Amino acid sequence: MIGGLFIYNHKGEVLISRVYRDDIGRNAVDAFRVNVIHARQQVRSPVTNIARTSFFHVKRSNIWLAAVTKQNVNAAMVFEFLYKMCDVMAAYFGKVSEENIKNNFVLIYELLDEILDFGYPQNSETGALKTFITQQGIKGQFQTKEEQSQITSQVTGQIGWRREGIKYRRNELFLDVLESVNLLMSPQGQVLSAHVSGRVVMKSYLSGMPECKFGMNDKIVIDKAGKGGVTDEVGKSDLGGGGSTSGKQSIAIDDCTFNQCVRLSKFDSERSISFIPPDGEYELMRYRTTKDIILPFRVIPLVREVGRTKLEVKVVIKSNFKPSLLAQKIEVRIPTPLNTSGVQVICMKGKAKYKASENAIVWKIKRMAGMKESQISAEIELLPTNDKKKWARPPISMNFEVPFAPSGLKVRYLKVFESKLNYSDHDVVKWVRYIGRSGIYETRC
Amino acid sequence: MEWANQLCENRQFGSKMTDSKYFTTTKKGEIFELKAELNSDKKEKKKEAVKKVIASMTVGKDVSALFPDVVNCMQTDNLELKKLVYLYLMNYAKSQPDMAIMAVNTFVKDCEDANPLIRALAVRTMGCIRVDKITEYLCEPLRKCLKDEDPYVRKTAAVCVAKLHDINAQLVEDQGFLDTLKDLISDSNPMVVANAVAALSEIAESHPNSNLLDLNPQSINKLLTALNECTEWGQIFILDCLANYTPRDDRESQSICERVTPRLSHANSAVVLSAVKVLMKFMEMLPKDLDYYGTLLKKLAPPLVTLLSAEPELQYVALRNINLIVQKRPEILKHEMKVFFVKYNDPIYVKLEKLDIMIRLASQANIAQVLAELKEYATEVDVDFVRKAVRAIGRCAIKVEQSAERCVSTLLDLIQTKVNYVVQEAIVVIKDIFRKYPNKYESVIATLCENLDSLDEPEARAAMIWIVGEYAERIDNADELLESFLEGFHDESTQVQLQLLTAIVKLFLKKPTETQELVQQVLSLATQDSDNPDLRDRGYIYWRLLSTDPVAAKEVVLAEKPLISEETDLIEPTLLEELICHIGTLASVYHKPPSAFVEGSRGVMHKRLPARTGSGESTESPDVGTAAGGSAPEAAPSIIPSQGDLLGDLLNLDMAPPTTTGPPPPNTGMQMGGMDLLGGGLDSLMGDESEPLGGDIGGSPAMGAGFGAAPAVMPASLNAPVGGGLGDLFDLGGGVGMPMGAYIPPKTVWLPAMKAKGLEISGTFARRAGVIQMELILTNKAMSVMTDFAIQFNRNSFGLAPAGPLQVLTPLGPNQTIEVSLPLSTVGPVMKMDPLNNLQVAVKNNIDVFYFSCQYPISMLFVEDGKMERQVFLATWKDIPNDNESQFQIKDCHLNSDAASSKLQGSNIFTIAKRTVEGQDMLYMSIKLSNGIWVLAELRVQAGNPNYTISLKCRAPEVSQCVFQCYEAVLKN
Repeated sequence: MIGGLFIYNHKGEVLISRVYRDDIGRNAVDAFRVNVIHARQQVRSPVTNIARTSFFHVKRSNIWLAAVTKQNVNAAMVFEFLYKMCDVMAAYFGKVSEENIKNNFVLIYELLDEILDFGYPQNSETGALKTFITQQGIKGQFQTKEEQSQITSQVTGQIGWRREGIKYRRNELFLDVLESVNLLMSPQGQVLSAHVSGRVVMKSYLSGMPECKFGMNDKIVIDKAGKGGVTDEVGKSDLGGGGSTSGKQSIAIDDCTFNQCVRLSKFDSERSISFIPPDGEYELMRYRTTKDIILPFRVIPLVREVGRTKLEVKVVIKSNFKPSLLAQKIEVRIPTPLNTSGVQVICMKGKAKYKASENAIVWKIKRMAGMKESQISAEIELLPTNDKKKWARPPISMNFEVPFAPSGLKVRYLKVFESKLNYSDHDVVKWVRYIGRSGIYETRC
Repeated sequence: MEWANQLCENRQFGSKMTDSKYFTTTKKGEIFELKAELNSDKKEKKKEAVKKVIASMTVGKDVSALFPDVVNCMQTDNLELKKLVYLYLMNYAKSQPDMAIMAVNTFVKDCEDANPLIRALAVRTMGCIRVDKITEYLCEPLRKCLKDEDPYVRKTAAVCVAKLHDINAQLVEDQGFLDTLKDLISDSNPMVVANAVAALSEIAESHPNSNLLDLNPQSINKLLTALNECTEWGQIFILDCLANYTPRDDRESQSICERVTPRLSHANSAVVLSAVKVLMKFMEMLPKDLDYYGTLLKKLAPPLVTLLSAEPELQYVALRNINLIVQKRPEILKHEMKVFFVKYNDPIYVKLEKLDIMIRLASQANIAQVLAELKEYATEVDVDFVRKAVRAIGRCAIKVEQSAERCVSTLLDLIQTKVNYVVQEAIVVIKDIFRKYPNKYESVIATLCENLDSLDEPEARAAMIWIVGEYAERIDNADELLESFLEGFHDESTQVQLQLLTAIVKLFLKKPTETQELVQQVLSLATQDSDNPDLRDRGYIYWRLLSTDPVAAKEVVLAEKPLISEETDLIEPTLLEELICHIGTLASVYHKPPSAFVEGSRGVMHKRLPARTGSGESTESPDVGTAAGGSAPEAAPSIIPSQGDLLGDLLNLDMAPPTTTGPPPPNTGMQMGGMDLLGGGLDSLMGDESEPLGGDIGGSPAMGAGFGAAPAVMPASLNAPVGGGLGDLFDLGGGVGMPMGAYIPPKTVWLPAMKAKGLEISGTFARRAGVIQMELILTNKAMSVMTDFAIQFNRNSFGLAPAGPLQVLTPLGPNQTIEVSLPLSTVGPVMKMDPLNNLQVAVKNNIDVFYFSCQYPISMLFVEDGKMERQVFLATWKDIPNDNESQFQIKDCHLNSDAASSKLQGSNIFTIAKRTVEGQDMLYMSIKLSNGIWVLAELRVQAGNPNYTISLKCRAPEVSQCVFQCYEAVLKN
């Protein structure tokens, strides 16, 4: 199991050091600093073995988090735990930065004592933790016996993510379908790989212990139910993603993973998604699709080398969705060689700039409607070099945001049942929103 | 005053944003000041002071002097302060055991507190204080807490048992905590169950044979129920524990799999990987024709692919595991090639792993895509990545024959880029392609030769030289090319030198007239001016071969080479099986068994996959936590030198890439046995000029003269030993025309690093060319450099003693490993040991002297002239009294008598006669030990019966047992 956990700043100074196991000595703290943080070479692996001691590390901005062990631990668990640790810290004091860590070091020690016991991760749900790790040490004394046992049963209980007795005057649900669409395209326009990784993020403000059921246009479910079975759609017109031009009924989901609140065995047997939601914001599920993806933009590059000292670049982007929809925050990044001496750019729309420090031409367009086309052309002047190696031509990448789900996913329903309190599914106000963003959206040139 | 002001400020802004001040370095007298503050009456001031102490502790300052003052603050109602004091205690109690006792009372009192959070805190902290006196006091509170009404306290107490076990295992057993812990597996609260499982699993690891976890269908059922209800971490503990269970039959296996598969949809990657581990393991037991088996295979792919959208560090862990899974069950991901395409912004460690998996998944169906990708990667920036991509292209060519042509042309394109490391890497892989597809792509040689000058890495130079030598007849100026390398012969690495030697000999055999001078030059460089024994040996062998029988030389040196195999870099199957049982863990990340990086007893037992069983027949008993215990220590993977190494060397196969050598090469050449001639030593060569070099190779008398003259320059002292050595070499191969080497046991760890202040020694014994060698691997696992190594043996049964000093010339840095081989003599002082083949060794270095003992296979004492005359054998057999005869059984040996006989001969066990009586082969053998003892043997082999019977007769019957062990080891390896 995890033998110790250290947090360092970018210089390698220790901010937090908590040792859980006797086999980890103080020298481990220094070993990591010397061999990894101060190493001359770039880190080649997130797991490092130094003198029979294994170090797992992740970096958040300038902060290094390292878990240490001498045993054959579950490596995936250690990394999951380190991420979770970052989440917990962020939930308590915002950004994981040197200043915040120093300001909250007592709290961090308290958290580390609670969520890691003898190196075994314990309940790390922020919702539960915040009920008893409060940084107001005196609180313990004023709790009633009931409150105390409520805390402990929540921390250890089956529904560790939600406490009893939550009340809202207005029961509300916000549902965001957030997708990032990834593409790798050859210069000839052939899709080398494309996938959507999506997340369903919820904010629930519901009273009591509600039981929820979530439905989407999952091909397996729809096919099973048959066309007549689909009757309970929630406001098809206002919830459905407007972007899908194909008007397809269902989508094939390659794989999905769920928040721990979802009953996995029920999904496995009936493919239904039912759960008691945590209070506030959480990620209900993640999914991945690879079939019939709507690629919102197509990038057509044209690079011509004119002699040894000049490059001509022309890039056309085409939007491929309903003309009534608007894409936002469009950014096209065209890499330039290291020996670029000057760039002239002409673009039809938006603003384009050569950024020498980033070795790229960055072309920004605020808004663009569907089924439109725009173009940029640039002349790049190069300094002559005797470097034999040709320019590697990194791919052209793109960023954007569109108001539909490129996978074609649609929310069919989200039902809420609370048997003990007197509100019903109809009393809950539900909001659904679709956002498609670019993940790694690259076209080789 | 300043401090007070600060405090006021604190109040104003609340307690936020202020803790960082504790990190500022304070001036002298700090400890004294802190002491005063700790003893202050004001609660706030006390708390501030404790915070400062903790901050100092964090940055590594020694604040142990404040121990009594801090402990005094423990009695408080303020939970935050209490936690800080506990943190301090955990750090320093060990250094101040006497004062730590002061804390006991508070702990005991807190364990009775009304607030469950405080009870749990006390028992949690107490378990972290590793002071004997405190542990004594811990037992009673712990017992109560294990049965506490509050689940939070119980789950904390469960882990505390593991803590206590780590401090004092005996105490835990004596107090009966293990039974209480077992009871917790049936607890109503899932988190208590999960923690109890974690604690028991950990304790069980240090008692490999105890039946601690007692996994049976009932308890498994409980675990599966808890699995659905506990936290993500709890699910991991439970799944990892389940993976140690071996179901009784395929039906049980299937029902567990069915209940585990839903976990594949968990958001936590570790849960997914642990579930994959359970499924991969239990799947072994399912019949392949079962529908469910296919369903399961299909279910595994999507979650594995999903892992690749996790954060890069997790992707890395996932990819290392997928690499194993793809080797074990390629069918799972065969259609998922695209997801392993490298993204431009992937971290380098993810890129390299993806590339590895791409090659493994490459097949005829997807090769076009793969090649296009690889070509793209070969233009990237990172040197390691580019090299690997180029190498991958070569591997594709070898793996998918249809793509070979395209691969070669891609490689040629890359060579045109003239990027130095790309060119070198391409040449190395093209050499392999030549080996795989002879006489197909040699047209590109001209292009390769153009780049000769730019090669500066040994591997590339050696590859190029190999190509020139191999295809000398097609390269007009091959002699010039090779000659150009010869100029700096002594500055080249051994790899290049060996290669150059062989290439020039090949050239000579192909174009003898023009290259005589060249070959003489290289032979004399190799034999006279080099310190490298391998190079010298090879030089002499060629020399003799050429001078005795050029026709034979041609047959040997230019023999057809075995094709290289397609799959490269595969993990050895037993190791792969073990690693599959460790999916998700560090072992699967390192691709090494846990014993390779875990100290002590933990995790050292080897796990293995269950065997397929039919339903109904429950062969495996349920004591399976220990399934591991069964595998023999030999299972530890180590490289056993492949047989035929010697020939491989001669034929120059040694520099082939990490491919497995195929079947031993046709070695007709060896049978011409220059034995008699060689037996005469070099003198015969010198004297007789015209005879050995026959004319049919187109050799002129001048050639003969050349050879005749050269050895004359050789120092006379070299003659005898070298002659003998060569004779031995040839004896091995030439005798029956059999390419076996002596059996060399795999290396085992003799001295673990734990016992030797970080020095780990593993090793084995070998007999090479009549010389007994102790082959050692020294690894420095300490943090400081080791020097001044020396070795000594205690007196032993056969008088083994080091024949020279231990040659560790350079200091051994941390994490460094060195291989040393120590020649042994048998003329040392003799003392009978028990067991007979026991050897006590002392190794010294700059740190200390360490002692260990090891056992050598007695076969290394079998000498080469151990073949007895038939008549003598018969007489001796009769002469030795029957009381001295001992009989043994060798079980499960599937060799026929001829194979057995040739195998044994490799270890100097000589078959003198063979008789066949009623379908039973009787082999009569003789062995001579280095001290002159003869052992006679009769081996009975019945066709179809895997059990051999062996009778040994010897005047010193005590060696029989050891000899028998050798038989067993040789025949079974």
